[in-house]
Amino acid sequence: MVSTTASAASTPRARRLRRRNTLAGWSFILPNFIGFAALTLVPVVASLALAFMKWNSYSTPEWVGLDNFRRLVDSENFWTALRNTTYYAVGHVPLTLVAALGFAVLLNRKLRGVRFFRTALFFPYITSLVAVAVVWNMLFSPDAGPVNQFLRAVGVDSPPGWTTSTTWAMPALIIASVWRDMGYYMVLYLAGLQTIPGELYEAARMDGASAWQRFWHITLPSLRPTTFFVLIMLTISSFKVFDLVQVMTEGGPGRSTLVLSQLIFREGIEQGRFGYSSAIAMVLFVVVLLITVVQFRLQQRSER
Amino acid sequence: MTATTTTPQRRDGSPARDASARPPAGRRRLNGVAGRISLHVLLTVLGLAVMIPFLWMVTSSLKLDSQVFTVPIRWIPEEFHWDNYTRIWSRIPLVTYLKNSLFLSVVITALQVLTGSFAAYGFAKVRFPGRDALFVAYVATIAVPWQAYMVPQYIIMEKAGLVNTHLSLILLQAFGAFGVFLMRQYYLTIPDELCEAARVDGLSEYGIWARVVLPLSKPALASLALLTFVNTWNDYMGPFIYLTSNDLWTVQIGLRSFVGVYDAEYAMIMTGSVLSVLPILTVFLIGQRYFVQGIATSGLK
Repeated sequence: MVSTTASAASTPRARRLRRRNTLAGWSFILPNFIGFAALTLVPVVASLALAFMKWNSYSTPEWVGLDNFRRLVDSENFWTALRNTTYYAVGHVPLTLVAALGFAVLLNRKLRGVRFFRTALFFPYITSLVAVAVVWNMLFSPDAGPVNQFLRAVGVDSPPGWTTSTTWAMPALIIASVWRDMGYYMVLYLAGLQTIPGELYEAARMDGASAWQRFWHITLPSLRPTTFFVLIMLTISSFKVFDLVQVMTEGGPGRSTLVLSQLIFREGIEQGRFGYSSAIAMVLFVVVLLITVVQFRLQQRSER
Repeated sequence: MTATTTTPQRRDGSPARDASARPPAGRRRLNGVAGRISLHVLLTVLGLAVMIPFLWMVTSSLKLDSQVFTVPIRWIPEEFHWDNYTRIWSRIPLVTYLKNSLFLSVVITALQVLTGSFAAYGFAKVRFPGRDALFVAYVATIAVPWQAYMVPQYIIMEKAGLVNTHLSLILLQAFGAFGVFLMRQYYLTIPDELCEAARVDGLSEYGIWARVVLPLSKPALASLALLTFVNTWNDYMGPFIYLTSNDLWTVQIGLRSFVGVYDAEYAMIMTGSVLSVLPILTVFLIGQRYFVQGIATSGLK
């Protein structure tokens, strides 16, 4: 890196160097930046503005202030979608986290076949969502599906109707999504576990700490940065959930699994209500942002 | 973290504590062996449980529709209907779908890797005013859910007349901030002294990128390429929103549509699912190492 000290910044030579650097830097960034600016940056800013406008596919945009948000508050669909999305997140985040951490701890050792297990656990994450959704739909089939056959075999007389039932469709989605995502977060945890010095465990063992104590007093605290990151990633991805719901239940039965992203898609792209859908999107964004900020605060407090 | 280590390293100095705290070596070894076996059993059971959906997918794809849902479940088909795998090509325009998926994945991956690694050099190795602010803008958009700005994106594409073209998806996905971020994080680990030395030797910045930095960042390039390829191949929402003509559809959309129309053809649906997963399985098994590295680098810095 070309170093320019503060005192040298004013000499003509340093200025020339700085101009050259600026040109060079931008020339590297530009090819990506053009696409990024036009199709990500501009839409992000535009969606902020759109939320305060009335604009349909056949009308001209018109500034309406908070009208869209007022309509939102009165919309039953919106509250249902917000509730469902929260339900999904509350189930998906802790279950995935625990499963990922559990598997990571189990698999973080030298053991014959450990690589195979890691691969097997990671594979669902890169399997196409459509295949995942289709398979789970069949596994959850109420009458002869393997899940219910298993439940009957262990003595559950009337197992749930899963994706055909308004109460059980969401748990079905959560189970499928935990299965799919845990391998990804397991990899993050495995990376975190590698950074814990072995001497810590050695010292604890010398002091007679049990496996559980070692986990609780060494592993968990050392993994705090990873857990923090995983929590944020999981929360954001839970609130964004779309594909799995769209393919597995299409938001049904009824509206029992309708989530915010689907509502944005239906209102904005299917119905062409650009302003109104942007208001929903804004709510989604603010919710995600708030949760992230709260988690960040909690993390900072616990570190003090 | 090897809880089952049989010979822990002994440190001299506190023999008394050592002896009192630890069980005799013999019992410990026995524990180790028993622990090892029970761990293996546990892992095998859990591993199998995780693989069940895949097992179900593969066995069902080799059955007749009427044999898919049987009580009790037959994990091994009575007779293997390999013909499902030949019939499917005439039932669904799978060749077209595969071609479309491959085309989109390859083009988007190539553009993302190229522009991403190029821009990352500007962010990591050239110092100029405004650079860090710009990078913050990049990172900030990663945190914004795509759903929050997909409508303005759609309006732009519609105005440009690109809805229902492959170009729309290429433009949307090839310039993502993620690639820039991942490559920049990796470039930061390459010592600046190397670039400085090359500069002294008279290489231009582009020369340094091409001849010094790029060759050193092969693992990161591989990670980015594989992650982008798999994401594009598996993408459902993009093609679902933008592609309406059947002949432009990707495997994912084609498969979903087949399920929607022929929802009772269980075996054929599973055959299609297996075929849609196979390319990814191949790519994954070849480049597994880079996947894991890519996730670990992009995730934890």
